[in-house]
Amino acid sequence: MARVVVDVMPKPEILDPQGKAVLGALPRLGFEGVSDVRQGKRFELEIDGEVTDERLAQVEQMAETLLSNPVIEDYTVRVLQENDR
Amino acid sequence: MKVGVVTFPGSLDDADARRAVRLAGHEPIALWHGDHDLQGAEAVILPGGFSYGDYLRCGAIARFAPVMTEVIAAAREGMPVLGICNGFQILCESHLLPGALIRNDHRKFGCLDQRLVIESNRTAWTNAYETGQEVTIVLKNGEGAFVADEKTLDMLEADGRVVARYVGNPNGSQRAIAGITNEAGNVVGLMPHPEHAIEALCGPGEDGLGFFASLARVAV
Repeated sequence: MARVVVDVMPKPEILDPQGKAVLGALPRLGFEGVSDVRQGKRFELEIDGEVTDERLAQVEQMAETLLSNPVIEDYTVRVLQENDR
Repeated sequence: MKVGVVTFPGSLDDADARRAVRLAGHEPIALWHGDHDLQGAEAVILPGGFSYGDYLRCGAIARFAPVMTEVIAAAREGMPVLGICNGFQILCESHLLPGALIRNDHRKFGCLDQRLVIESNRTAWTNAYETGQEVTIVLKNGEGAFVADEKTLDMLEADGRVVARYVGNPNGSQRAIAGITNEAGNVVGLMPHPEHAIEALCGPGEDGLGFFASLARVAV
């Protein structure tokens, strides 16, 4: 079994009010030196069997159709190596 | 006219939408998200609420509900479809309308009587209004900021596809856009709620009724 990670982030030009809220909270907690926060989503997909190119292409399709909205978000797909866990 | 109103898990305003349909002189039909069946509806409303708990993204999961296969196919053939609030988000996720709705720029849920300008009455849902007419209907949303890239916004403006614009900008929508339509004018997405403004007794007036009354003019 393998784990594939899909990271979804709001496009740079899209306002990210949640990230802004987090950015505003950090100095109130005494954390300094952070100039921007963008908040995204991380999906971890457990894949049956080997991660072939075909399976990865399917994950790309999942990312494009459901996991992200390409109008406002970008995504990246990567296979999580055993020692990354 | 038979007007279907879809109920998704988490829909809130389906009963109000059916009521508005009735007061406008049409026959409301309750449609269920899990059925591949429009039950003879000649127009469909996707109501407001929080379908599937707004999980993933607003409207992202509802867009793949069984009934949406039929709604999307019928919309492409010209059937009038109105998406209100969450329904607007579902229409954008379905790619029946361009753009997307993101969290309000001020990050608060807004609930107010909102003034709008009807920018186009050349749609199935706004032809009872005059272009340029000002109306007051209810706006209540947390993720109501309309966004699209500049090219899409310019195209919407140039093609007269901005249906309604906010007076002021209550949620950070680009170009204060409150509602848009597709190329054919049969599909309309609207963030504010006309179904909550159909009677003076329990709302800001009757300005919203025109959205439902407009259907009379497209009925064949």
